[in-house]
Amino acid sequence: MEPTDLSMLELGRKLGSGELSSVEAVRACLSRVDRLDGQVKAFLRVDREGALAQAEAADRRRKEGKRAGPLDGVPIGLKDLFLTQGLPTTAGSRILETFVAPYDGSAVKLLRAAGTPILGKLNMDEFAMGSSTENSAFFPTRNPWNLETSPGGSSGGSAAAVAARMVFGALGTDTGGSIRQPAALTGTVGLKPTYGRVSRLGVVAFASSLDQVGPMTRDVPDCAALLQVIAVHDPCDSTSAPVKAPDYLAEIEAGVKGMRLGLPREYFELPGMDREVRAAVEAATRALEKMGAQLVPVSLPHTRHALATYYLIAPAEASSNLARYDGVRYGLRVEGKNLLAMYGRSRDQGFGLEVKRRIMLGTYALSAGYYDAYYLKAQKVRTLIKQDFVDAFRTVDAVLAPTSPTPAFRIGEKVSDPLAMYLNDVFTLPCNLAGLPGLSLPCGFTRGNLPIGLQILGRPWDEARVLRIGRAFEREHDFHRRAPPLGAA
Amino acid sequence: MSLTLEEVRHVASLARLSLSAEEETLMRTQLSAILDAVAELSHVDTSAVEPTSHAAGEVAPWRPDEVRPSFPPEKALGNAPAKVGTSFAVPRILE
Repeated sequence: MEPTDLSMLELGRKLGSGELSSVEAVRACLSRVDRLDGQVKAFLRVDREGALAQAEAADRRRKEGKRAGPLDGVPIGLKDLFLTQGLPTTAGSRILETFVAPYDGSAVKLLRAAGTPILGKLNMDEFAMGSSTENSAFFPTRNPWNLETSPGGSSGGSAAAVAARMVFGALGTDTGGSIRQPAALTGTVGLKPTYGRVSRLGVVAFASSLDQVGPMTRDVPDCAALLQVIAVHDPCDSTSAPVKAPDYLAEIEAGVKGMRLGLPREYFELPGMDREVRAAVEAATRALEKMGAQLVPVSLPHTRHALATYYLIAPAEASSNLARYDGVRYGLRVEGKNLLAMYGRSRDQGFGLEVKRRIMLGTYALSAGYYDAYYLKAQKVRTLIKQDFVDAFRTVDAVLAPTSPTPAFRIGEKVSDPLAMYLNDVFTLPCNLAGLPGLSLPCGFTRGNLPIGLQILGRPWDEARVLRIGRAFEREHDFHRRAPPLGAA
Repeated sequence: MSLTLEEVRHVASLARLSLSAEEETLMRTQLSAILDAVAELSHVDTSAVEPTSHAAGEVAPWRPDEVRPSFPPEKALGNAPAKVGTSFAVPRILE
């Protein structure tokens, strides 16, 4: 067994007892990166020296009896959307190719305080817009389970690095499914916390009313432990809620006996859902029933409008957020004959096609004459989608659903058809629109050996229960222990 | 619904994007298709529904207005494409 096969918490215990050192753990990760990342292409930047220096510091703290916590010394990776002092932060875009963050974002600061060496920055769809990592301005990431397929996105580099055991865990962000969908497609665990649970300060903004930071790991307890580090109120982010995080590991093993779990009809009746995905998710719901949960049919009738609602609200917010890339204060500048020409040329050359498409769509939806029919209308339907969940949570404790309608798809298969690509997010978007916590964890494999994800949606602030349900399932299955064939060499 | 090329150019100018002719044509086709797909929302009855602008729905909190150190100019200018002294440099806007 290699050290990289350990979970974050297992490694943390071995680091605590002195059985392994953090430097050894970082070297084990780096050796896998050297061996595998030429094929997987999860990393945009590997910070060898920085990670080793942080590991040495962790080992010193251990010797001095000053460990910072259970994850002190456990190497992690960051989606390249997190401002990380002294390292490039590109957001997967040419426009930020040379940007070096002048400060650490809040989640990064918390990770540093917890002692986790940062191994590098992970690939993503440009500005987190995409579901396959093919919109990265640099290169697509490949799925460790089948290199011809996509790991999903936008946090595809994070998911692939965790699945390929090049890092023990990672942070991603999720605006419409960007943590959960890649987790499902790579057989890993990903959590989008309740909106407001984790600070967005120092995270490159996509759609501010939807963006949320979350952990990506190989099992549910690790997910809980990593969430614990970052779930801290931040007075510098007005959308970070002053809600105290409970101990996420305290009741994680308590099981599902007596819980009422909702099965939303609308999620299981989608035309075009893959048969194997549907069968695996249904089998997972029956397994939870056997463990003592009660399955309750529920209806979320406005689910079918979530896609249209999201693809108006998110681009509208993006068009506003991305106005800051103007070639003046940071990022790419392409000179023009006057200021307006400089703006236009910098943005045209700096942004990729999907980003331009969403800026155009959002600008249109916000423009005079169209605001009420598009943006305001979408905000009203968002209220109905949110209300569906409020109603459902009157009778159930959590909702079970597939994470993605299909397993991993081939690279290039959907990239020229934006609407087909957007359909990947059909099961993950409602959670963001409603601001709920959502977990994806592996619940099976297709005959072609591609992972399938189960999604668990909870009430606002109820991450602990969502994790507990996920752990109950995980404990009695071995899907999360399987390693991609790539890693077996 | 089908966008005209003029509409595409108008939106691009609002968005400060200098699109190429090929991009304008592509955007016209793709945005028209996306607008067709999202048009279904017009059939949802929202006459008695308030808009949701934010998932949190909480009132914006206050924090004490305390003086704290901010970035020194050299750090704030660290990523500037062009600078003069302690300022960002831009093309002349007044003749």
